[in-house]
Amino acid sequence: MNSIAKIAEWTDICAVDDVPLRGARRVRLAGMEVGVFRNASGRVFAIDNQCPHKQGPLSEGIVHDTSVTCPLHSLVIDLETGKARGEDEGCVKTFEVALQSGRVLIKMEA
Amino acid sequence: MSRQKLVIIGAGMAAGRFLENLLEARPDAYEVTLFNAEPRGTYNRIMLSPVLSGEKSYQEIVTHDDDWYATNKVTCRFGERVASIDRDRKVVVGEKGEVAYDRLVIATGSSPFIIPLPGHDLPGVLAYRDADDTDRMIEGCKPGERAIVIGGGLLGLEAAAGLRMRGMEVTVLHLPTTLMERQLDPSAGYLLEKELSGRGLDIRAGSNTKEIYGNGKVEGVRLDDGSDIPASMVVMAVGIRPSVAVAKEAGLEVNRGIIVDGMMRTSDPSIYSVGECVEFEGNCYGLVAPLFDQARILAQSFCGDDCAAFVHTETATKLKVTGVDLFSAGDFAEGEGREEIVFRDAQRGVYKRLVLQDDRLIGAVLYGETADGAWFFQKIKEGDPISPDERETLIFGQSFAGGTPMDPMEAVAALPDDAEICGCNGVSKGSVVNAIRQRDLKDVNGVRSCTKASSSCGTCTGLVEQLLAMTLGDAFEANAVEPLCGCTDLGHSDVRRLIVAQELRSIPAVMQELGWKTSCGCAKCRPALNYYLIATWPGDYKDDSQSRFINERVHANIQKDGTYSVVPRAWGGVTNASELRAIADVVDKYEIPLVKYTGGQRIDLLGVKKDDLPGVWAELNAAGMVSGHAYAKGLRTVKTCVGTDWCRFGTQDSTGLGIKLEKLMWGSWSPAKVKLAVSGCPRNCAEATCKDIGVICVDSGYELHYAGAAGMHIQGTQVFAKVATEEEAIEYSAALLQAYREQGFYLERIYKWSARIGHDKVVAQIVDNPENRKALYERFLYSQKFSQSDPWAERATGGVAQHEFKVLEPAE
Repeated sequence: MNSIAKIAEWTDICAVDDVPLRGARRVRLAGMEVGVFRNASGRVFAIDNQCPHKQGPLSEGIVHDTSVTCPLHSLVIDLETGKARGEDEGCVKTFEVALQSGRVLIKMEA
Repeated sequence: MSRQKLVIIGAGMAAGRFLENLLEARPDAYEVTLFNAEPRGTYNRIMLSPVLSGEKSYQEIVTHDDDWYATNKVTCRFGERVASIDRDRKVVVGEKGEVAYDRLVIATGSSPFIIPLPGHDLPGVLAYRDADDTDRMIEGCKPGERAIVIGGGLLGLEAAAGLRMRGMEVTVLHLPTTLMERQLDPSAGYLLEKELSGRGLDIRAGSNTKEIYGNGKVEGVRLDDGSDIPASMVVMAVGIRPSVAVAKEAGLEVNRGIIVDGMMRTSDPSIYSVGECVEFEGNCYGLVAPLFDQARILAQSFCGDDCAAFVHTETATKLKVTGVDLFSAGDFAEGEGREEIVFRDAQRGVYKRLVLQDDRLIGAVLYGETADGAWFFQKIKEGDPISPDERETLIFGQSFAGGTPMDPMEAVAALPDDAEICGCNGVSKGSVVNAIRQRDLKDVNGVRSCTKASSSCGTCTGLVEQLLAMTLGDAFEANAVEPLCGCTDLGHSDVRRLIVAQELRSIPAVMQELGWKTSCGCAKCRPALNYYLIATWPGDYKDDSQSRFINERVHANIQKDGTYSVVPRAWGGVTNASELRAIADVVDKYEIPLVKYTGGQRIDLLGVKKDDLPGVWAELNAAGMVSGHAYAKGLRTVKTCVGTDWCRFGTQDSTGLGIKLEKLMWGSWSPAKVKLAVSGCPRNCAEATCKDIGVICVDSGYELHYAGAAGMHIQGTQVFAKVATEEEAIEYSAALLQAYREQGFYLERIYKWSARIGHDKVVAQIVDNPENRKALYERFLYSQKFSQSDPWAERATGGVAQHEFKVLEPAE
C-alpha cells in the first residue's frame, strides 16, 4: 500500500442552473481549467477544458448529445469518455460529477 | 385545307389546360385567338395564396408566358373584354374589333360574389380572385393595421393567412358558426379555428356584417350586434359565381352556369364551354381537378379522338395555408343509416372522421394528420364494401390496413395503378410510373413537365419522390442530394422548403417533423437550422444562442489562443478623433496586445480576454461605436472610396451610399458572410469587383455588381443591373441580399448561390420583375426591424448572456 493515500475530495462548483442547457462554463480547479458541460437532457459533465489537438477551449464549443465540438478545428470530444470521436485521436481527462440539492459537485484528487 | 378558326374567351386555368392539350396533339389544326379580360395569359390561380403571403413570386406561378403563345402561334388579345357574340354571323365582338370563329370556347370562369352591403363600393374593399386582386391586397398591406376578411371558406382563410404573414392584424368574419362549413364538420372546424387563432388571426364565426363604413375609403366594419371593428382593408371572399353574362346575352341556355353536355357542348353546336362558368347536370365546379378533366375531354373531342364524356365525380379539398393539415372528401354530413368512425388525439391536435353508408366509405375529414387522405379518397371513389375486419383499423389508415405498419415506400408500392397521386391534375400512379420508365425521367422536375403531377399545388411532391425512388431504385439514390449533415438524409434545399411548407418554427420542431436521426443535432446542422429559422420567421423565431458557433454566440472572433478579437463598426470605413481616442483608451486600459487595420477599412483589436469583452464593449459603446459583426455570417463591412466629396474623378457620393447601405443592412444574418464595397468611379479604388455585392458609380448612375470572391477562390463580380438613382441602387442591392438570404444554403457564399441557381434566374427575380424586387425589399426591411440592436450593448450593459463572461468560482 502506498504511504500516501489518495483522498478523493468533492468540490461544490456551482448551481446546476448556472450551466446553460446545451452549454458550458469554465472553472479553475487544482491549477487547470475545467469545462463543466450540461447537455440537452440535463446531464452534467466535467472535463479538462483543453482540446488535445491544439488546446482549443472546449467549453466554447457546440454541445450535442453527449459530446462537444471544439470551436477551433471541430474535433468532437465525447464528454463521457473524454475521447475524440470518429477518425480523430486524442483524449482529455474526465472528472466524476455529482448533482446534489441543485448543486454541481466535482470529484478532485487531492 | 384552310385551318379552322378557333376563338377562346378567357385564359384561366381550364382554358390554358385545354389549349395545351389541343396544341400538343394538333399543333396546326386551328388558328387560335385567345381573349382574356385580365392583361396576361394563364397562370396557376391556385398558387395565388403563396404569392399573397410572399412565399412565392407571381413569376413563379405563370404557366404560359409570352414565349409559349408566340411559339404556338396563338393570337393573344389580353386585357380586352368581349362585348358580345354574334351567333348568326359567327363572330366574337371584342372591344377592339371582331373575330370570326368556326368554333368558339367560352371559358369566362367565375367572378367573386360581392355582398351589396352599404359601403361595399368604398376604396379599400377588395375581392380575392385574380392576380390583380392579389396585387391590390399586397399594395394595401400596412403591417400593424387591421384587415377584415369577410368569409371563412377556403379562399377567405387563405387570404387571411396571407395578410397575416405580411404583418397585418386580421379579423375573419364568417356567417355560419363553423369555418369552411362546406368542407368541414364542426369538430374539424373548431380545431382549425383554434389553430388559426393561435397564429394571431381573430376569428369571429357566427358574425353578420351590417355595413362597411368610411369617409372616402374603408375605415371599418359594423356588425349587426352593434360591434365595430376599425380596419384599413376589407376583403370579400364569400364565394364565386359563374361568369355567364356574355353567354346569356348571346342567347345560350344558361341556368346558374352555362349548360353543357358531357362533351362540353352548349346549346349552340359551334360553341363549347369549360371551367367554372359551366353547369353540368346541375353542378358547378370551383376546384381545379374536374376543370382539368373538362379541358382534356374538350381537347380530345376537338382532335377528333374518341373519349369518354365528362362525369360528375367527388372532389377532395386541401387547405393551402402553410402548416395547417386539413383534408376532406366526399359526403360527411350525418344522416339516417350513416355510421361514423372518429379518432381524436387532443394532445397532438389530430381529428379524423370517416363516414360510412351501407358498409362503404362515403366521406372523410382529416385534420392535423392528412397522410392517408389520398388512400381514403381512393376508397371513397372505388366504393367497395369495407369488411368488418378492415373496418376495425380503417381509421388508422393505410399503414394499418393488413395488420402491419408500412413504411412510406411500401405504402406507395401498395397503391393500385389507378390510385390518384396528383389530385389537381388527375394523374394516377400508373401514369407517373410509366412516364418515369418510358421517358427516362430522373427527378421530380422531369415528372412535373411530362405528367403535370405535382405542378399545381405541390402537396403530392413527396409521393412523386417516393414513386421515383421506387421505380428507379438505386439510380434515384445516386441522384439524391447531399445531406445537410449526418443527422439527416435531407439536403439544404429540402430542409429550407419544408421549414416553410410545414411551418416549422423551432429546431426541435424541424428535428421532430423531418425525422432527424440524432436527438440534438450536431455542430453542422444546428447553426444551419438556426439560420434558416431566423431567416424564415423574422420577429417570431427566438434565436437559439446555444446553436451558434462561438463567434456569433459571444459576438467576437475566437483566436488560436482562446482570446478574442474585437472589431467596432466604422460606417463606410469612416472614423473620427473621438472614436480613435476611445479605441486608444480601451487598448491601454485592457492591455490589448495588437491593434491592426483590417482589409475592410476597420480597426481590429486582437488578444482580448473573454472575460474582458463586456468591459471593452461598454467603453466602445460609450463612444458611440457598435459591433462590426466581423465574426458573423451576416453583413460585415461596406468599403468605400471618398467619391465626389473629395476625389477629382468621383462621379457620385460613394462614401455616402456606402454608409446608407451599411446602416440599412447591418445586423442582418445571412447564409455566409457578406462584404460590400462602393467605388466612386470605374477606377474602383474600393475594390468593389471582388465583393459579394459591389457598386461602381458612373456618370449616368450606378453599376450594381455581385457574386465576387477574393478568398481561397478568386472571382470577379458580375453586373446584375445598372440603375440611375441612389434609391434604386439601395433597393436592388437589398432585394438581392434578401433573395440570397431566402434561397442560399448555409455557408454558401453569394457567388456559389448564384452559380447554383444561375445568373439569369437572379436577374429575373431582381431586375426583370419589379413586383418581386419590391416584395423582397419589403421582406428585408421587415426582417431588419428585429435584427438591428447592438449585440455588444445587450451584453455589456443589457444583462444578456452574463454567464459567458465569468469563470465559475467554486464555493468554499
